[in-house]
Amino acid sequence: MDMRRPPRTVSDPKVRQVGFVTPSEAPPTRSLSDAPTTVAAAASAASASSPPSGEISLPGSSLSPVMIPPPRHASSDGRPSAPVAVPNPASSLRRESLRIRVGSYNASEVVLGTPPSASPSSRTDNAASEFSEETMSPWHGKSGTAKVASSFPGSSSEMIVMKTGVGGGGGAGSTPKSPLTTASVVKTLPGISEKEREVLMGTQNDGAGVSKTLKEKTTKAERRALQEAQRAAKAAAKEAGAGVKPSAASGSAVVANTKQGKVVKPPSQKKDGPQIAPPSGSSEKKVVDRPPEKDRKKDVPAPRMQFDDKHRVEKAKRRAVVNQFEAKNRVELFRHLPQYIHGTQLPDLEGKFFQLDPMHPSVYKVGLQYLSGQISGGNARCIAMLLAFREAIRDYSTPPEKALVRDLTAKISSYVSFLIECRPLSISMGNTIKFLKNRIAKLPDTMSESEAKSSLQSDIDRFINEKIVIADKVIIRHAVTKIRDGDVLLTYGLSSVVEMILVYAHEVGKQFRVVIVDSRPKLEGQVLLHRLVAKGLNCTYTHINAISYIMHEVTRVFLGAASVLSNGTVYSRVGTACVAMVANAFRVPVLICCEAYKFHERVQLDSICSNELGDPDVISKVSGRQDLNHLDNWADNENLQLLNLSYDATPSDYVSMIITDYGMLPPSSVPVIVREYRRENLWI
Amino acid sequence: MARMDFEVVVLAGGTSRNLNPLVSQEVPKALLPVANRPVLSYVLELLEASNLKDLIVVVEGEDAALRIGGWISGAYVDRLHVEVAAVPEGVGTAGALRAVASYLTANDVLIVSGDLVTDVPPGAVAATHRRHSAVVTALLCPAPVSGPSDTGTSGGKEKAKKPVRCNIVGLDPTRQYLLHLATGAEVEKDIRVQKSLLRAVGQIEIRADLMDAHMYAFKRSVLQDILDQKDKFHSIRQDILPYLIRTQLNSEVSDNGGIKSELGMDNISSQNDLRWLSQHREIAPSAFQEPHAFSLKPLPDARRTHKCCAYIASESKYCARLNSIQAYSDINRDVVGEASHLSGYSFSAQNNIIHPSAELGSKTTVGPQCMLAEGSKLGDKCSVKRSVIGRHCRIGSNVKIVNSIVMNHVTIEDGCSIQGSVVCSNVQLQERVVLKDCQVGAGYVVTTGSEHKSESLARK
Repeated sequence: MDMRRPPRTVSDPKVRQVGFVTPSEAPPTRSLSDAPTTVAAAASAASASSPPSGEISLPGSSLSPVMIPPPRHASSDGRPSAPVAVPNPASSLRRESLRIRVGSYNASEVVLGTPPSASPSSRTDNAASEFSEETMSPWHGKSGTAKVASSFPGSSSEMIVMKTGVGGGGGAGSTPKSPLTTASVVKTLPGISEKEREVLMGTQNDGAGVSKTLKEKTTKAERRALQEAQRAAKAAAKEAGAGVKPSAASGSAVVANTKQGKVVKPPSQKKDGPQIAPPSGSSEKKVVDRPPEKDRKKDVPAPRMQFDDKHRVEKAKRRAVVNQFEAKNRVELFRHLPQYIHGTQLPDLEGKFFQLDPMHPSVYKVGLQYLSGQISGGNARCIAMLLAFREAIRDYSTPPEKALVRDLTAKISSYVSFLIECRPLSISMGNTIKFLKNRIAKLPDTMSESEAKSSLQSDIDRFINEKIVIADKVIIRHAVTKIRDGDVLLTYGLSSVVEMILVYAHEVGKQFRVVIVDSRPKLEGQVLLHRLVAKGLNCTYTHINAISYIMHEVTRVFLGAASVLSNGTVYSRVGTACVAMVANAFRVPVLICCEAYKFHERVQLDSICSNELGDPDVISKVSGRQDLNHLDNWADNENLQLLNLSYDATPSDYVSMIITDYGMLPPSSVPVIVREYRRENLWI
Repeated sequence: MARMDFEVVVLAGGTSRNLNPLVSQEVPKALLPVANRPVLSYVLELLEASNLKDLIVVVEGEDAALRIGGWISGAYVDRLHVEVAAVPEGVGTAGALRAVASYLTANDVLIVSGDLVTDVPPGAVAATHRRHSAVVTALLCPAPVSGPSDTGTSGGKEKAKKPVRCNIVGLDPTRQYLLHLATGAEVEKDIRVQKSLLRAVGQIEIRADLMDAHMYAFKRSVLQDILDQKDKFHSIRQDILPYLIRTQLNSEVSDNGGIKSELGMDNISSQNDLRWLSQHREIAPSAFQEPHAFSLKPLPDARRTHKCCAYIASESKYCARLNSIQAYSDINRDVVGEASHLSGYSFSAQNNIIHPSAELGSKTTVGPQCMLAEGSKLGDKCSVKRSVIGRHCRIGSNVKIVNSIVMNHVTIEDGCSIQGSVVCSNVQLQERVVLKDCQVGAGYVVTTGSEHKSESLARK
């Protein structure tokens, strides 16, 4: 910032000196960088908002009315000269002419307003996004700039010199905005000569360098003074806008003051200008800019943190309960997903067992179990989480002076973020949390704490029971109708529902054979195999490598799912897509068994944008084959990255049917369920 | 509510026969100075660092309890909330627990031996315990290397040769479950492993290089049941723990008392499933289904198993128990030396601690890894190496102290040589005494010119 500011500061004072104007104007062309754009945008916004005054003031301009409403684009139309001038620094003549106008109040306002508007299209785009916020602060910005110009003649030339000398580096920054703030300061401290002030500020700036310090330095009184000054300026500006603007002597006087202040200040407050600015009109623009930006960020649905965004990651780390060390060799395509060095988290978290205050023991326990992999699988994780929350709610008591609804929601949120640190949430868990929060939010105010708690607990129980346990039963009933004697059923990995289906079908006497397809590194299929064989089912076990061979004897494929998305995509354990595809190629029907609470309205086309990375070490090691150690120390090799994806997305083309607790449907009907479920979710 | 639903009991013992003549009526074992701090303070500070500030300290013998209680209230006022319980001597650790069992209310109890010097966070043990919903979790640490480090004297070398075998531990392949634990005299006997256990787990790893550090997390309900039902049990280490380990698959303890609220999550499934479970495959939904008996038959003895887990401290952590004279000098050496972060002192550039009020004569050298407490005076031409010297000792000229511990108010006259020995408080060593690998009990006077080697000297 500093780098580009100096020239500008210099330029400001020199606004009068037409010759130098050009270099100062040049910056706008650079506007692509953020700061300038904002400035430009602000200015343009100002021009936009200012219309009335602008029109009136513009005696010479051809089509004043046109430029008003759409400042950026329209303005160029209206005033041909302005647009050209700004973008091309080369056309000094234009600028000069502009500057010349500056001398007269009316013209100057217009001119200042216009240049930004004239900015190249790319800039306008940027600016456009910010306009909404900036439009709010039109007056001050405009008036401020105008003032700057006008003030100079009045203000001593020494000041300018001062600036160039002292503030050269610092003051440059925000030409239009900072000035106002300073003005107020000057007013507040009349004793100090402006020069002194400048020097002081300059030195401060030099010492501190950071805008914050300055910010802090402005006292309350100062700020109030600023505000008052600004108010006065506003009033003046309004008057001017009313039509008398140029002629209004009083307004001009005020303006003059402010101008001086501005002029003086810019050097002192480089960056602070904008930030301190809030009180003063010009600064307001920026202030207005800022919060909205943040809001905007919040508004943007950021369902998951993008882990290639370094700033966010840093922030998150500071907040994090678990110390996480990110893995070094991450696959480029999946950098947006969290990946930590495996095995560093658990000991760290365990060591801190007693040090984390606000965490409820049962939540902590579940977090540890997620982290260590003791609990895995969509339903299991969801149930564990709900039970932990239920206990936390049971032990919860509202702190004094707080509302249960809010405080409990915050508590739950903190628990959830802890659980996310332990392992990213599954989609089903997200739905569940939404449900729970919804329930909390819907608690009537009249309810006593104990009633509220017990109602929440019973809500949780009901959710587990209805959405998971009974849903599974219903799914089993449905699915069994699809199993005929003599079938060969293929399943992949370990799905609790599929396991129950198979066992139930066996119990009701269906004659069938099961093919269990498994894959490294989790080898979850072995668990299923073990259980099914123990129950007396006839099983075949194979790895996914042999899928194309084994598929020709299969008559149905039953698969579980972590989630079903509204475009029918099935999000499930990695490898599922492969199985489904092969089955599809062999014309074998693929039946997905999934409880409706796992449905999500998201649409996802690939498994890249949201996924979970597992421990890369487990794919480099083959259990029982110590001699296969070629990948030992793979992390030391920068050119090698291992990718252990946890989920994949199966396109709906490969899915013949989805069996849910609402019946059996084609994948195209998922949105209906999502909608229905949503509605029901409200009054469960 | 107790922090994280854990309560802490520190077993601060009484006097120990092993440590004669170092301990006495005046100095119970818990107050034995290690680097000039009572050994109990290491445990208390460890717990304090873990934010565990409500402690119950159980002491054998009224006198000892008074002394320890007095010391704690002096040293930890405003820092810890400690309740000291006195139990009659000879009741054993189980008896001590019985005495305080009725005060315990939390879900789990962390039991720490007062003679433990370690930096293993107790939270880690507790977290492992909680994570597995175990009945008991024991802290296992690498068995300490006995004897002085390489630079040690001949005495040290002899001891270093002797393999230290504290315990024989059986673990499952993932090293999370404790399947066998032999302590004390059992170590020398043959190892008996239950066939059923072996069948359930598939593989048992037997290790002799681990030591039971006497930090346990117990499920309170189970612990109380055992204490009530088995009134012959005398010690945690020799009775309760082996009992729990032995009956893992055939549990007689009512493990499901406190768990009901968690539905099936805590039940381990059958013996056979223990294998899967021990390989990180605790698949909860199946466990969850059991109560809702549909499709899956409830496994026959699902409720009759419990888990005994182990937390194995990493090699980088320091962990030692003060249970013998050798251990005492080892710990003193380590706390001033390699595990110096435990001592809580800041070391000088010479890697030693010399209190500013200590006075050194001319040409007296104090080597690295030494500690000289306040008010001690050394005469001329003394040499102190790898030793700890307590408060207000008066040491004459030409004295050599190597690998030794000198407690408070000891008078050592000119020309003495002390090597590998422990000299208790108020001892007087007259001129030209030579001690090698000796222990001198409190208040003893060693007469002029006597030489002792590997002896234990104490007042009759």
